[in-house]
Amino acid sequence: MPDFQGYGWLLLDGLVLTLGVAIASMLGALALGLLAALGKLFAPRAGKILIEVYTTIVRGVPELVLLLLIYYGLPTLVQNTAAKAGYDLSLSINPFVAGIGTLTVIYAAFACEVFRAAYLALPPGQREAAYALGLNPVITFRKVELPQMMRYALPGLGNVWMVLVKATALISIIQLPELMRNADIAARSTRQPFTFFFAACLLYLAITAISMLGQARLERWAARGTTEARS
Amino acid sequence: MDFILANLPRFLEGAWMTIQLALFSCSCGLLMALPIALARLSRKRLLSSAATGYVFFFRGTPLLAQIFLIYYGSGQFRHELGAFGLWTFFRDPWFCALLSLTLNTAAYTSEILRGAIQAIPKGEIEAAKALGLNRYLLLRLVILPRAIRIGWPAYTNEVVYQIQATSLVSIITIMDITGVARTVGARDFTFFEAFGLAALLYLILVYGFIFVAGRIEKRLGAHLIRPAAVNKPKLAGNIR
Repeated sequence: MPDFQGYGWLLLDGLVLTLGVAIASMLGALALGLLAALGKLFAPRAGKILIEVYTTIVRGVPELVLLLLIYYGLPTLVQNTAAKAGYDLSLSINPFVAGIGTLTVIYAAFACEVFRAAYLALPPGQREAAYALGLNPVITFRKVELPQMMRYALPGLGNVWMVLVKATALISIIQLPELMRNADIAARSTRQPFTFFFAACLLYLAITAISMLGQARLERWAARGTTEARS
Repeated sequence: MDFILANLPRFLEGAWMTIQLALFSCSCGLLMALPIALARLSRKRLLSSAATGYVFFFRGTPLLAQIFLIYYGSGQFRHELGAFGLWTFFRDPWFCALLSLTLNTAAYTSEILRGAIQAIPKGEIEAAKALGLNRYLLLRLVILPRAIRIGWPAYTNEVVYQIQATSLVSIITIMDITGVARTVGARDFTFFEAFGLAALLYLILVYGFIFVAGRIEKRLGAHLIRPAAVNKPKLAGNIR
């Protein structure tokens, strides 16, 4: 057992914040992603183009650049614009908010594609049967399409979750005391960088391993009532 | 506009650095990926579990943690590394950046290669064996050409993420696009313009590469029918 010199708790504190940021961003990404997917499928032309531009940009720009653009760029843009108009304004974004906001915006774009593909994978007969039974479009979506979409979407969403967890490490760059940042602090104070960064890696691996198990269980649950061909 | 004109040369230097990092790490990663993929598919337990462990570690931890582990972490073994004459390498941020990017992409690429090899119809391999090809020829003439065609769309995605992943090395003082943007932004307090221009350059690199890769994909043989499972649309839900 390596000697953490009393910094072990700092790592665990960071782990809790990492999980918090990851869960909050994932919930945001799920909500925004589902909305964007519905927009991409059903919105009028202008809306579709707008969402297409959003997903195209987000998927082509590194997460770090987007994070820095939001955390440093937005406040300076507002300040410089205000200064030109003759106002003296000082503004800064909370790293917690900037981190969750950035991750939500990025991973909603990926979740959007997953949801869209899942919707398109549904057999149209399901929708037609629901309409034939007299269900309106909202109830059809909620009671018939969404539960079946989940089965197709879960593998992709699990992937999004695991990438998102790893991406939370980037927020350490804007000094949010999550796992990576706290490992960095401990590494500097104890002069044992390898020990602490390796311990942080193991904690990330633990999250990944548990997520993989959870994902397998969720997929079994979402596929309940369906039979699969066995070979 | 003034901002772009004044800083474009520096940003282009940064872009060249980004291209070099992506190019080197992807080619070295590809070379490493083949033995790793073959080891994972090997029947020898020790070999396959070593490869599985490698892939699990590098895919399960953030790239940033890997960069820190190699760049800062190596300092803890300064004397040991010095004794082997390796310290000069690990002291150099460029070397550490390249090493961590390569090890990282090798893990992802080996998974793409493994999936592609497994997607080759069994009959083709059996036919090659029936023709009397030995293991080396089987690999060179049958398995690899097929695996490259099957895995190419997924590999294109991997390169796209690798181009974006190189932005992390700006944290260990490398002057790539992001590194230049951070310096320029901090000097003139023009963060929005600097990171905006950086984002634009990454967009050009990424979508430029996707265009070229699409052309290569056609060359590789669009007339061949690919197994449906691997033939995913570019950059869809399939992210790493």
